[in-house]
Amino acid sequence: MSLPEDYLHYPRRDYGMDQDRYAWSILPRRERVQWPNGARVALWIVTALEWFPLDMTGQPFLVPGGFTRPYPDYWNYTTRDYGNRIGVFRVMKVLDELGIRASVPMNSALATRYPSLLDEINQRDWEIIAHGVDMGHVLHGDMPADEEEALIDESVSVLRERSGQAVYGWLSPARSESFNTPDLVAQHGIRYLCDWANDDLPYPMQVSDGELHALPHAHELDDRLILAQHHHGEDSFCQQIIDQFDALYAEAGSEGGRVMAISLHPWIIGQPYRIASLRKALEHVMSHADVWPATGVEILDAFIGQKAPPAP
Amino acid sequence: MAVRREPGLYDYTPANDRPIVTWPNGARVAFWVAPNLEFYEFQPPTNPLRKAWPRPLPDVMGYAYRDYGNRVGHWRMMEVMDACGVRGTVSLNVAVCEHHPEIIESMVARDWELMSHGIYNTRYTYAMDEADERAMIEDVIETIRKHSGQQVAGWLSPALTNTERTMDLLAEYGIRYTCDLFHDDQPQPVKVNNGQLISVPYSLEMNDTVVLLFESGSPRYYADILKRQFDQLYAEGADNGKVMCIPLHPFVIGQPHRIKPFAEALEYITGHDDVWVTTGSEIAEWYYANHYDAAIEHAAVRTQGSESS
Repeated sequence: MSLPEDYLHYPRRDYGMDQDRYAWSILPRRERVQWPNGARVALWIVTALEWFPLDMTGQPFLVPGGFTRPYPDYWNYTTRDYGNRIGVFRVMKVLDELGIRASVPMNSALATRYPSLLDEINQRDWEIIAHGVDMGHVLHGDMPADEEEALIDESVSVLRERSGQAVYGWLSPARSESFNTPDLVAQHGIRYLCDWANDDLPYPMQVSDGELHALPHAHELDDRLILAQHHHGEDSFCQQIIDQFDALYAEAGSEGGRVMAISLHPWIIGQPYRIASLRKALEHVMSHADVWPATGVEILDAFIGQKAPPAP
Repeated sequence: MAVRREPGLYDYTPANDRPIVTWPNGARVAFWVAPNLEFYEFQPPTNPLRKAWPRPLPDVMGYAYRDYGNRVGHWRMMEVMDACGVRGTVSLNVAVCEHHPEIIESMVARDWELMSHGIYNTRYTYAMDEADERAMIEDVIETIRKHSGQQVAGWLSPALTNTERTMDLLAEYGIRYTCDLFHDDQPQPVKVNNGQLISVPYSLEMNDTVVLLFESGSPRYYADILKRQFDQLYAEGADNGKVMCIPLHPFVIGQPHRIKPFAEALEYITGHDDVWVTTGSEIAEWYYANHYDAAIEHAAVRTQGSESS
């Protein structure tokens, strides 16, 4: 077994990043960000509505929440579908009562399968984020370009047509991209991308045409990861949200506005024994005056707005 | 290929029969914190023995998660360490010197120690021939010297990947201690062909990535076991000095939901009187100066004893 000849060659060993999607930037050294009404923390609740088709294959890798049993895996299919039938309404009740509007990454297959969910979202003035076609169709680097383009086009156009929303955000299923994904989504009118969890503020991305920003969609403050993968338990989930908030809130006091994203999956957090932990954590967050619950595009617009040069 | 049945790097010198180790000012525990400042490449080359990313390239999720450590987590972690008066001993992918010199400056300004963690965390020592391994070691020594003025003393292999010749080469190049051996709570001599090398206890059990990611520990569980580990070593250290290391990764510990519990644990540990808050090379040099010869002699006596019995 030997190494490739170029194993000690380092073609991108130079200042900044080793890819060209975004610039190297140190969070505490940036200009202070101001949120509307002087808020310290923009609270961004990201509640994904997903459809895991019964025939999904686990290729090219098993997506988070992907099926682990032989076909037909009713166990896992129906557990996921519980979120769309039951769990989401528990989440909506908590958020409604606390005055929080969410952003909803939605597989476009759900817009045709369960269109009444779109009415619930629109009635609440929640935002839809395009989340691919379904969880059985991930984008990835080994995929033909036309296949990827077709999936993005289907997702964005179905969601726009069915919901009547402009749809400015994109979250790839399993956060999986090809090398072209940011270019392709920008060409489809997407303004922000939720796959890159490397910051606590938005930042601009380089794309072939138009403009695109990354929004800080933290991947660890996630009910599926904390509860279903790490098995920390509901009290710990609540505690982690509180600890996250307290840290960002304190930091924002000295360094300027921060975004706090919480990633929710109604098939996880919408279980009866779990929902109270979300309510308790969000009550803590919302008991602070300087919190701005916002959707992704509202956060993006506030971020872009303040970078405009002052009027002459 | 003939493979060894044991590393052949140290003798069996169990805890119930060994010389007493003392630390400066009668401290019971030599305590050091080892942040891993890493760079994971977007498109790394293939190593036949270890895959760099679990998903097809580009693994955006994994890459961005690591990048959080450099953009955000490092600065948050450093603030907590500053508040407790802890200087880091940095396990450094030396390409960070070129990619992110601001990070190196921040650490050198605090008199932190830079040790080696290879070039990138996506380039492994596995399967290297001797020429490549020498070139990698020379690159590390020269890059750290050029960007910090420091002479590298400590070595934690990139992703803890070794060859059978690694320890011999480290000693030949004047590296003073390795962190890749987990057999002890005290520094120990390491057998090498020429020169000297010791192990300084690093830790997988206290490693944030191991506990919080691989073993699924919660942030408060991690803070709790840091305190328990310290309490036990502090009690034992009254009789024979111990080492405690907390290995960190800014992309893990620097996340907002983890930083407060960690800060509480660090305050707890450094709030004790008889703890020597120090760095890897300070522990190593103290050991060489005061305990190395006794340990070699003790090992020789024990080994002869077991041969004659």
